[in-house]
Amino acid sequence: MDWELARTSFWPMVSGSVVGTIPLSLASFAIGLALALVVALLRISGQPVLAGIARFYVSVIRGTPLLVQLFVIFYGLPSIGLTIDPWPSAIIAFSLNVGGYAAEILRAAILSVPKGQWEACHTIGMSRAVALRRVILPQAARVSVPPLSNTFISLVKDTSLASVILVTELFREAQQIAAFSQEFMLVYVEAAAIYWVICLVLSSGQSALEKRLDRYVAH
Amino acid sequence: MSPTDPLRPHTSEGPLLEVTALQKSFGTNRVLSSIDLHIDSGQVVALVGPSGSGKTTVLRCLNGLETPDGGTVAFRGGPSVDFGARVTKKEALALRDRSAMVFQNYNLFPHRTVLENIIEGPVQVQKRPRKDAVADAERLLERVGLAAKRDDYPFNLSGGQQQRVGIVRALALQPDLLLFDEPTSALDPELVGEVLTVIKELAEEKWTMVIVTHELAFAREVADEVVFMDGGVVVEHGHPDQVLRNPREERTRRFVQRLLNPF
Repeated sequence: MDWELARTSFWPMVSGSVVGTIPLSLASFAIGLALALVVALLRISGQPVLAGIARFYVSVIRGTPLLVQLFVIFYGLPSIGLTIDPWPSAIIAFSLNVGGYAAEILRAAILSVPKGQWEACHTIGMSRAVALRRVILPQAARVSVPPLSNTFISLVKDTSLASVILVTELFREAQQIAAFSQEFMLVYVEAAAIYWVICLVLSSGQSALEKRLDRYVAH
Repeated sequence: MSPTDPLRPHTSEGPLLEVTALQKSFGTNRVLSSIDLHIDSGQVVALVGPSGSGKTTVLRCLNGLETPDGGTVAFRGGPSVDFGARVTKKEALALRDRSAMVFQNYNLFPHRTVLENIIEGPVQVQKRPRKDAVADAERLLERVGLAAKRDDYPFNLSGGQQQRVGIVRALALQPDLLLFDEPTSALDPELVGEVLTVIKELAEEKWTMVIVTHELAFAREVADEVVFMDGGVVVEHGHPDQVLRNPREERTRRFVQRLLNPF
């Protein structure tokens, strides 16, 4: 085992995580979640046209490979005169992707809040918007943390696909080191280990968040 | 307490609410045929009847949780809403704001403490200063014996305690009319008394209330008027002693008998 290579390749990969994988994941998840909330609300809005648009979006995102979505945005759009740099392309693709999956999670979570909660909001004079913000979404949040954590963890790993559109992140660093050193096994296992550690941190964050949101539920 | 105490009912004489020819169907199922109700300020009306008789639907129509298909609901001082015509959103909300509902399953907000549940409406909706709302909430909690529970979450409370919080949450809105939808039906028998005691005290303070209930003994003791409904119509109404002891109508007699001698 080439410990020297393991050591010298470690820092470029960690740096690829810090400047690539992690900010790409955070930005895409934040934008995707905001998008998902809008789409989920459209789907339960009772407006047939808006709900139809939302359903179509979810269907396209879930029905096509993420890699293909990434290629359409980065390699496809320039042929119709729309060229987007690697970083924004990646953020757009990942956000749209997260938005499609998380929309379904949020919709289910909102619908899981008992109807009596809406009625209580109504009787104390709240509008639907205030009821959503103050009562329904906080309760839906509790239900949606486990599935949203899944989505987030998947996203962190999926950002490795950004390497194919030339974004400098963990896996692209690994590929370059591997190509140079020809130590494929060592370098890629090392990359896998770093992804795993990032996901372990996220999992413990999930547990802490679940615990916090469970404080008002009987055990 | 002073006569302007916000936690006391806005007492005045005369009619408060007039309901005329109220109708409601769910699909082809006609739940309310033509309901007339007259409620005076300070009056306690008990709505009784078999399940499916439409009594809960009447209550829900008054609070805007259901939209009637026809008929009018008119409060003294407005609004007067004719559901046979087009009802504006503003009218519907004005109607909703005159009353407050106490639910069978309490429907407290589980993610908020007792105090937060109570001040949510006054602060978020009525835009009252938080300090005042908290002071009122604390006095109301004191009155129903739950001052010590102000910072607990609903899941830590018994059903009877949760329902008392539900009542306080409705009172804190300072409505003109309190609506109770089978307030003790979800409770263990030994917890019913504590809730009925609170409602009885409110009656003595002259809150105007409509109570849907199966507790006939309680209705007889607290109500000024009993309205017996069956099949979407008011079969009989009048003084509790008359309706519940000497019913004029055969249907009322059968219902009262069944509740008194279930076996």
